[in-house]
Amino acid sequence: MRFLLTDEQREFARTLDGMLGAFGTPAVVRAWAAGEHKPGRDLWARLAETGVFALAVPEAYGGLGPLPLELAVAYTELGRHAVPGPLVETAAAAAFLDRLGETGAADAWLPRIASGDAIVGLCADGAPFALDADAADAVFVVRGDTVCRTEAHGPVQPSLDPARRLSRPLGGTVLTRGPAVTAAATYATDTARLLTAAQALGLGRALLDETVGHVKRRTQFAVPIGSFQAVQHRLADTLLALEFAQPLVHAAALALARDAAGAGPDIAAAKVAAGEACHTAARTALQLHGALGYTDEPDLSLRIRKARPLRDAWGTPSECRARVLAG
Amino acid sequence: MDLDFTAAEDAFRTAARAWLTENVPATPLPSLETREGFAAHRDWERRLAADRWSVVSWPEAYGGRGASLLQWLVFEEEYYAAGAPGRVGQNGISLLAPTLFEHGTEEQRARVLGPMATGEVVWAQAWSEPESGSDLASLRSTAVRTDGGWLLSGQKTWSSRAAFADRAFGLFRSEPGTDKPHHGLTYLMFPLDAPGVTVRPIGRLDGKPAFAELFLDEVFVPDADVIGEPGRGWWVAMSTAGNERGLTLRSPGRFTAAADRLTALWHAAADPGDTALRDRVADAVIGARAYRLFAYANASRLAAGGTLGAESSLNKVFWSELDIALHETALDLLGPYGTLADGADEAPAHGSWADGYVFSLAGPIYAGTNEIQRNIIAERLLGLPKGRR
Ligand SMILES: Cc1cc2nc3c(=O)[nH]c(=O)nc-3n(C[C@H](O)[C@H](O)[C@H](O)COP(=O)(O)OP(=O)(O)OC[C@H]3O[C@@H](n4cnc5c(N)ncnc54)[C@H](O)[C@@H]3O)c2cc1C
Repeated sequence: MRFLLTDEQREFARTLDGMLGAFGTPAVVRAWAAGEHKPGRDLWARLAETGVFALAVPEAYGGLGPLPLELAVAYTELGRHAVPGPLVETAAAAAFLDRLGETGAADAWLPRIASGDAIVGLCADGAPFALDADAADAVFVVRGDTVCRTEAHGPVQPSLDPARRLSRPLGGTVLTRGPAVTAAATYATDTARLLTAAQALGLGRALLDETVGHVKRRTQFAVPIGSFQAVQHRLADTLLALEFAQPLVHAAALALARDAAGAGPDIAAAKVAAGEACHTAARTALQLHGALGYTDEPDLSLRIRKARPLRDAWGTPSECRARVLAG
Repeated sequence: MDLDFTAAEDAFRTAARAWLTENVPATPLPSLETREGFAAHRDWERRLAADRWSVVSWPEAYGGRGASLLQWLVFEEEYYAAGAPGRVGQNGISLLAPTLFEHGTEEQRARVLGPMATGEVVWAQAWSEPESGSDLASLRSTAVRTDGGWLLSGQKTWSSRAAFADRAFGLFRSEPGTDKPHHGLTYLMFPLDAPGVTVRPIGRLDGKPAFAELFLDEVFVPDADVIGEPGRGWWVAMSTAGNERGLTLRSPGRFTAAADRLTALWHAAADPGDTALRDRVADAVIGARAYRLFAYANASRLAAGGTLGAESSLNKVFWSELDIALHETALDLLGPYGTLADGADEAPAHGSWADGYVFSLAGPIYAGTNEIQRNIIAERLLGLPKGRR
């Protein structure tokens, strides 16, 4: 079974799925969007117990990793349940601090990331906003070959997905500068891209599942709407997009584990495919739920609103396509 | 999960590459859809077979190398990367042979497979009829019992390469008036030069003459040429249709090689500021990569004793749309040269992009139309209620 996930990896996914389902993430998402972080932090702690964050942190700092494939498997489940917070950024910060060669920051933050004690933000070069800076214990901002730890952030801006809270990082103390920063930032960006792709994949799967359930139940013209071919074909196309994105995500994770320097194009390919598949799934979910899909009370809305920002975070489809061809 | 090849697979790749480097003709053969090209491609099959590269996945006793599915995928990657000729024996090798391995008799295998492997006998698939395309089970041509065999009558059509092929295999109604249309069908092999057979070439979209319709008038076929049980032909046919769609008809090597050539075209010819075109090139490259990984996962599933069911339909829709995207993008990159077909002295890559483009347009139609595949995906993979047919 060499080109398939192992039983262990699939069991890990099932465990996380079960735990997140039982936790009731929709309420957590709504609270997070309202700026109330307590339920989110509780969920973060539960996730840490399963080892999710330890997978991003090397053993030397109390972690289990870095294990990109296991991380991707885990983040697919986080995406499936639309878990809020700077999940990707925290894992990317771990990747960044580990490679920075600035042991002070690594010693200070990596063990706390592994244990789930710290939520850490990371802002890539050129990114204007930090995600969830109001909830983070630290936010690192890369500008060229310099990295700062910021002290404050501007007001939280309304955004397409209210559970992704964006603000400008402000001020900051220079932590270090030099080529090591750029190299670490590239690796962190690849990690972030991979995990965003994994999240998008899980989110897309959940959107498809919900929609399939709905079209079997909803009756119009005296038959389930799922028996109409136009509806069937749209869902078939959504499944196609997701099924062919998944192996790209897993292969990209393996590429990152093996050869971090050469993994960029594989990761970019996975990001394009998963991001577009998830976006398609959201458009399909909205359309096939009809007006119900357009209202924010059903939990479906939490997922629909996430799809587009995930598709664009850590590299728009266009940027990623260019990366694929740059080789 | 790991993406590493075993030492045996690597060795297989090296051997295949070495042989192909040595043997692939420097100038492409004429199109196999023409009489001259057909003959040239038969010679190529013979050359492949002489060194046991024509049917690598068959047991050694039948001229193969007993290669695993993964090794077969590796071989195909090397084959297309080397720009080797199209396979004129493909229908026999990828459709009839698996059917015989599964449902045939020892005698049939011994008689049919050898000449198939060498290209001495080229097979055509005679499934479709003028009134029976997607609804294959509605077919009307008949097999009537006679002494020691059957008499076949009726009309088959859209049979690839049948104008120049030697024999054909197809389904015939042997028990009229059954409750269900797919009951009472028999799967038979028959010669295309037998008394009572008329082969009429029908030009394809590209005007090439190898496509054909077949008129059968009481063509005698001995019992020895029935595959499986008489009356059970539908199930015999379906077991191989799944195979065809799921993996063996279109291996990923074909698309990864085309994607590599497309990337080279982009770097050589394109305006880097044309981001719309760049994005399409990238999507084709991503698609080829996704298809390859998906196929390897399917092969792993089969190697571990699993089966492919309706997943085959995902595969078929994906490669057929990818093939069109690859070729359309290439033609756009080539601009005015893209429309030059093979035979034109300035045609890029000997017209293979233009040729491949026209052929790719058929992908969503043959091997089960993509609409039908989407119906299957919706009903069997997503569990949606059956629609009206
Ligand atoms: C290049 C090429 C090579 C071929 N080679 C062979 C060969 O070697 N041997 C052989 O036997 N056949 C061959 N075929 C024929 C092929 O198998 C048929 O064309 C195919 O089964 C579709 O049948 P049809 O053309 O009659 O289309 P139809 O069945 O008439 O369909 C026409 C359109 O209606 C749609 N449609 C039909 N039913 C439904 C439905 N229930 N729901 C939604 N849409 C529907 C179809 O998807 C299609 O778009 C070949 C075809 C081509 C183009």
